[in-house]
Amino acid sequence: MKQPPSQISSLTTYMLAVRDDRDRTAFALLFDHFAPRLKGFIMRSGTGGGQAEEIVQEVMLTIWRKAEQFDPERAQVSAWVYQIARNRQIDVIRKENRPLPEELGEDPGSEPDASQILAVEQEAGQLKDALLKLKPDQRDMIEKAYLGELTHQEISSQTGLPLGTIKSRIRLGLEKLRYELKELR
Amino acid sequence: MTAITHHAPDALLAAYAAGNLPQPFGLALAAHISLCLECRAAYEAHLVSGGAVLETSEAEVVSEGLKSNVLDLLDTPAVEEKAYQRSGVYPGPVVEALKGKPPRWKSLGMGVRQSILSDGREGSVRLLYIPSGRAVPDHSHNGLELTLVLQGSFSDETGRFGVGDLEVADQSLEHTPIADEGPPCICLAATDAPLRFNSFVPRLLQPLFRI
Repeated sequence: MKQPPSQISSLTTYMLAVRDDRDRTAFALLFDHFAPRLKGFIMRSGTGGGQAEEIVQEVMLTIWRKAEQFDPERAQVSAWVYQIARNRQIDVIRKENRPLPEELGEDPGSEPDASQILAVEQEAGQLKDALLKLKPDQRDMIEKAYLGELTHQEISSQTGLPLGTIKSRIRLGLEKLRYELKELR
Repeated sequence: MTAITHHAPDALLAAYAAGNLPQPFGLALAAHISLCLECRAAYEAHLVSGGAVLETSEAEVVSEGLKSNVLDLLDTPAVEEKAYQRSGVYPGPVVEALKGKPPRWKSLGMGVRQSILSDGREGSVRLLYIPSGRAVPDHSHNGLELTLVLQGSFSDETGRFGVGDLEVADQSLEHTPIADEGPPCICLAATDAPLRFNSFVPRLLQPLFRI
């Protein structure tokens, strides 16, 4: 495994080692981190332990197979894993593929921008802190929303979501997307 | 292309990110996000929130064999999923719903055509083709309707909608979208309820055309 650039989280470093070097040791470390959390997350929506583990297996394999789609300048590792986990859960429950947006074209051959990666991680860290500081009933609501247990009508009637943090994350993401699009043209 | 001015509301984006929209709306959101950078950024921000919920979830011990199982499977080739690319005015998710084929248009009269992509318990989603100056028959809504413009533009009582714009209409809105000057307007229309037309003749046609 390459030496991690200063301060970039170990999860991102492992994920980049999986993406760029197909590093199995790094993948095993990602498994140790995510598999128990994924199992807990999936079981919260009422899925039994056995089926939850089947989904965990699928999610971990997807992380390995689709690693080239991971872009640390746009998504933090757990956000990327969250999307894969929800897709797998929905595919299993509804027996249909959920419509997903087009993938953006790769930024051709550019060096990873450590400051952008750090900014993405920092925003995600702030969001996690904000979540942990919420009152229990508010936190419960947010968790329900992202576990897919609330309809959009129910979400829109909720107040007190930590929207400030989401908004600053949106600005950061938008700058990056605009930059990428310019590079591709 | 003019800038996108009508965006997806945050609650729809959050529910989409969590995978909790009915399939017709999911397709409309996937197509809109494919065209709209702002909503893509907002969608990705919601994924970060989802990631935070995942990170703070209580861990459950996994079975002993799971890790070695997964590690053993790393070299097994995955079934290749076909990735659908954008084709002409149709974003990738719409091309996927069309299974890579061109739309099969059916005439609704007056030059207006539709191509149904899916119609089921969760609602319906279709492509509409409206020549310049023509109206989509005036209709009111039982539920929510999302309309995404893919070519040309239309205007109604609430404003002008160009390529990439998403109109969100609920039962409180009675509107008559009319295609503007220029190329025929093509849009993707998703509803969670059957459409109900106000004018007499189209209502007669309703069972015939599954509108």
